Amino acid sequence: MTEVEVKDAIVKIIADVAMDEDVTSIDASASLRDELDLDSMDFLDIVMELKKRHKITVPQEEYSELATLDSCVKYLTPKFQ
Amino acid sequence: MQQKKFDVIIIGAGLSGIAAGIRLAMFDKKVCILEKHSIPGGLNSYYKRGKRLLDVGLHAMTNFAPQGSRGKPLTKLLKQLRIPYGDFALAPQNYSKIVFADSTLKFSNELELLKEQINTQFPDQVDGFNRLITMIGEFNETALDNEYQSAKEVVSNYISNDILKEMIFFPLLIYGSAWENDMDFSQFAIMFKSIFLEGFSRPVGGVRTILDLLMKKFSNLGGIVEYRSGVEQVLSKNGKACGVKLESGDTILASTVLSSIGNPETMKLIESQSEPAARSGSMSFTETIMTYGQRPKDFGEEAAIVFYNDSNIYDYRCPDSLYDKKSAVICFSNNFAVDDFDEGIVRMTNIANYSQWKNLSKEDYKKNKELVLSDAKALLKSYSPSFADDHNFSDVFTPLTVEKFTSRIGGAVYGSPDKLRTGETELDSLYVCGTDQGFLGIVGAMLSGISMANLHVLSKN
Repeated sequence: MTEVEVKDAIVKIIADVAMDEDVTSIDASASLRDELDLDSMDFLDIVMELKKRHKITVPQEEYSELATLDSCVKYLTPKFQ
Repeated sequence: MQQKKFDVIIIGAGLSGIAAGIRLAMFDKKVCILEKHSIPGGLNSYYKRGKRLLDVGLHAMTNFAPQGSRGKPLTKLLKQLRIPYGDFALAPQNYSKIVFADSTLKFSNELELLKEQINTQFPDQVDGFNRLITMIGEFNETALDNEYQSAKEVVSNYISNDILKEMIFFPLLIYGSAWENDMDFSQFAIMFKSIFLEGFSRPVGGVRTILDLLMKKFSNLGGIVEYRSGVEQVLSKNGKACGVKLESGDTILASTVLSSIGNPETMKLIESQSEPAARSGSMSFTETIMTYGQRPKDFGEEAAIVFYNDSNIYDYRCPDSLYDKKSAVICFSNNFAVDDFDEGIVRMTNIANYSQWKNLSKEDYKKNKELVLSDAKALLKSYSPSFADDHNFSDVFTPLTVEKFTSRIGGAVYGSPDKLRTGETELDSLYVCGTDQGFLGIVGAMLSGISMANLHVLSKN
């Protein structure tokens, strides 16, 4: 998967996890926690959806890699291969 | 049902149990909810009398948050259950009132109203009240390791006027305290935020709107509910829960059991018990429902909920009589932004003594239920003299009714004073969620189910 495809897959998950938020204009370098009002429960959901949909596991000590959309793409792209 | 095997069994289809079930089913767990009764809802269910569909206990939902609000319990729970904001159909209250002998305070979903009222009637308390709000705002009331602290002692450091203090405590105590005349400060903070900082709303169509939505969601995710399935025993092997035995004699196995039926109620299902049993709560209530040909506003009443107390001290404890006539919560269900009733409806709650009701003969029980109704009408007239004398329909329920339909020991609607914050019990893989985990109200119950499912099942994989 290309970085663009990975980004789309992540945005799709975020759109499902935070359904009342507008995900079309996420600033890729901004903190998802602040921009979309995500809390630790929501990050747990993103991680579980990654596992459910793409069989990707993210260990708890690496949750911080998911801080922004950019960092998600960078961290997850190798895992998507 | 013979020997079935699930990932998780949830005991009780109340709001916490269903919310937990949705979370677990969402992530492909095989979940079975076991409910003793024939419909869901638990402490917040509904029933039918003729053509009328009535809520058992719902006056209002606390924790109102407008669409798009951030970081509020309501929006968190909607997100976790993946339910769009509009689906709960919440109609905010007009305003509410705390009525004492010498003073009346109005409050609404806008904190400014309460601040203005305090400023006018208790001007020397305004600074303390503002400091209290700041302190509560910074307090983490949902931390699972908070120790018990007397809320009355803490609040005395901010509010020195006893009448104001009593007035502030009234709604918070009667809408959720398992303790008499005081509460744990964490619970106080939860209730304070949910009522004064967030506020009241009512789902259009009553609690059934929410229950139907949740049940549909749960079954669409593949979850299974078995009604008329009371649990007789939680089965265990080497200190670890492994399933349940039903009253019918059937056995169902599961890796995890989540119980939403209360702390002492759950302990009664465990075979061998090393620890002393949790206390049952002593706070129960009578509820009187009256309907009228006209709406409350036609009699000049626009408030949604009135916390009425005939003196300046609010005595929240199990009364020495069948029910307490000195105070009541009066709910005018029509006075929310959407009035979906065909008639005027008034609900009144009085604190009641379970044991005294329990000891009545059948004949006296019936007679006293009628007295509850006539006293409710008298109290309503003394509060609002313009109300009509004649009602269309009425129904009264007592602590015994509550016990019968919720299986809470002693009809204790706010559960045990012994809360299990972490949800853990003496058995591994058996966890408690709902009222006795310590989150209150409809929103609190759902959040409790969600957080226990997250903590003890989902985040362990």
